[in-house]
Amino acid sequence: MANLAAVVGIGQTKYMTKRLDVSIAGLVREAAVNALQDADLTWDDIDAVILGKAPDMFEGVIMPEAYLTDALGCNGKPMLRVHTAGSVGGSTALVAASHVQSGMFKRVLTVAFEKQSESNAMWALSNPQPFSTHLNAGAGGYFAPIIREYMRRSNAPYNVGIKVAVKDRLHGARNPLAHLQKPDITMQEVEDSFMLWDPIRFLEACPSSDGACAMIIANEELADKSAKKPAWIRGVAMRSEPTMFAGRDEVNPQAGRDCAADVYKQAGITDPRKDLDCAEVYVPFSWYEPMWLENLGFAPEGEGWKLTMEGATSLDEGGDIPWNCSGGVLSSNAIGASGMIRFAEAARQVRGDAGAHQVEGAKLALGHAYGGGAQFFAMWVVGSEKP
Amino acid sequence: MKEIAIVGFKQSDSVSDAGAVNEVEMIMPVLSSVFQQVGINNAQDVGFVCSGSCDYLQGAAFAFVAGVDALGAVPPIKESHVEMDAAWALYESILKIRMGHAESALIYGFGKSSPGELPIVMSQQLDPYYLAPLWVDSISLAALQARLMLDQGLITERDMAEVVSRSRRNAMNNPHAQLAGDVAPDDVLAEEMYLSPLRKADICPVSDGASAMIIATVDKAKEWGVPYAIISGIDHRIETHNLGMRDLTDSVSTRTAAKRAGMDAGKVEVAELYAPFSHQEIILSRALGLGDETRINPSGGVLAGNLMMASGLSRIGEVFNRIVSGEVQRGIAHATSGPCLQHNLVTVLEKA
Repeated sequence: MANLAAVVGIGQTKYMTKRLDVSIAGLVREAAVNALQDADLTWDDIDAVILGKAPDMFEGVIMPEAYLTDALGCNGKPMLRVHTAGSVGGSTALVAASHVQSGMFKRVLTVAFEKQSESNAMWALSNPQPFSTHLNAGAGGYFAPIIREYMRRSNAPYNVGIKVAVKDRLHGARNPLAHLQKPDITMQEVEDSFMLWDPIRFLEACPSSDGACAMIIANEELADKSAKKPAWIRGVAMRSEPTMFAGRDEVNPQAGRDCAADVYKQAGITDPRKDLDCAEVYVPFSWYEPMWLENLGFAPEGEGWKLTMEGATSLDEGGDIPWNCSGGVLSSNAIGASGMIRFAEAARQVRGDAGAHQVEGAKLALGHAYGGGAQFFAMWVVGSEKP
Repeated sequence: MKEIAIVGFKQSDSVSDAGAVNEVEMIMPVLSSVFQQVGINNAQDVGFVCSGSCDYLQGAAFAFVAGVDALGAVPPIKESHVEMDAAWALYESILKIRMGHAESALIYGFGKSSPGELPIVMSQQLDPYYLAPLWVDSISLAALQARLMLDQGLITERDMAEVVSRSRRNAMNNPHAQLAGDVAPDDVLAEEMYLSPLRKADICPVSDGASAMIIATVDKAKEWGVPYAIISGIDHRIETHNLGMRDLTDSVSTRTAAKRAGMDAGKVEVAELYAPFSHQEIILSRALGLGDETRINPSGGVLAGNLMMASGLSRIGEVFNRIVSGEVQRGIAHATSGPCLQHNLVTVLEKA
């Protein structure tokens, strides 16, 4: 049985297109210092640092943990660098948690970041490879046909994605850290935005952001006397499957379903829509909300879009299961950090510390991240009560 | 705390150019070998999988994604990846087992360094604002480190040549070695300078290859009924990235990691040190206080072949092999990352 662990500090940067005022080191340090302040701790209180980010080519720095150790107060301590594609922010949090859950560490710092303005993600994702078909499409081009297949299977109305795009931006307008601030966004505005990768319109896609997110995870003894209310880790799970294999369901991947079942079992969740108070789910393109509502068991297959259209996932419409109250990936996408932001925002909710996007009385929340060709999944459930 | 056993290990041959073999094809044979050693079929039969690789060796984002194709990950598996040497993937796997979420784990590392210019590629690991734009390659940095040691009278060129000679001779018994031979220190000293004070022989070769390991709880190892060695300690520490701010002639982090891993609790019969340059082996063995009772790099070490992202795991595997063969009872393995031995991991292995 794993040792108990809890989030006792959270720090983020403001997400924006270009953080020209800080170096990469300055960016990660800003998030880390914010987390230390939130936890009322100093660098000396940290036993190890676990760093995550998406491909090194996004900034052009190979294994940047070597360079970032000074900025993260890690000299003389263990440093681990996680990379699991887009799910990395989530898996980094899980690897950090495992440091404490294994009983080998008392309190660790975990940081995930992306400074997309240092390089060009589209270029980094499109390098031709000698033994593979050249896919010069970026992430949107990869996922568009999968979304198209979801629309065909579910007979969902054409404007479900538009609704998600509006809902998440209205959520983001409550979150001062969110990159996109669009409090007046309308369905018409999203529908009129140009088509990027049919059926994904410009405003149905995530922005490209600079940013970092940090958390401090402590063992039971230290969490019991933490400065602010801890978020107890109630379940952790990861799953991977290959990008392609015969019979693979790319719309509703088995790895996502298995990962959810695993994390729910640990947290004692039988009906996620009823048992959870909110969820922070990796939705980089609008249609992934209804798709993941089904994959994660919030709705039967083919009916996820109904929850979206009913407003069940909207804070503004008083929905019963608000998704992405922080504005989600659609409002801020510092790629390598995006998964950790989901995990951290879930923790903020159960700590009752989410400001204007707080779900009142939230006790149990899901953090979710996915990556690669929707093949890598990382999830955790955090709760306000000690298990 | 749960005891961890190593139950299987395989390293590929270290070759200077694997040709048209891709990463999956490089991984498959070592995975098949460790599955066979343990008597299992594929990654479905272990509780966790973790790998180490580097995108910049392949020249593409997500180098590890193709690796999943080698695993038989249908149905989905519990899997993770570090952008580090696979010795750190082993570390992550140990955490996973100790927290009770797996009873066994498969670890693998792979690197195909031949298509690029490795020393120049690795210059992009340096501080991106102040150092990387200078394109200081990894050999030049090591040469500066060796020069410091020579100038301070800490070593002589003959000391370095003796390290090379021992590596080449030891490697004659290592079927996977890339460089081996009956080379005397004088033969090394007779070579021309490559990047003063380093001769080519002082520098590990550029290699392609992979290695894989399976670990498990002791109960699981017994259930499998295979010979195993115990990981009695493992620890790693990083130091400042600013080369001017640390003593490059010493390795404080290696010493700290060894102490915390419990190296001093018994005799060290064998030590496999990840020293890509001859003088670094001397730095490491002195930092660890290794004496005459310890055989250093009986495999030839990485001077005989350096599988980027797998060499650290291979050092641990080499000690495992010697323990299960009955040759030794206790040994240590070291892995490194970053310029001039910035980040170091020490594993202590013992006979079960």
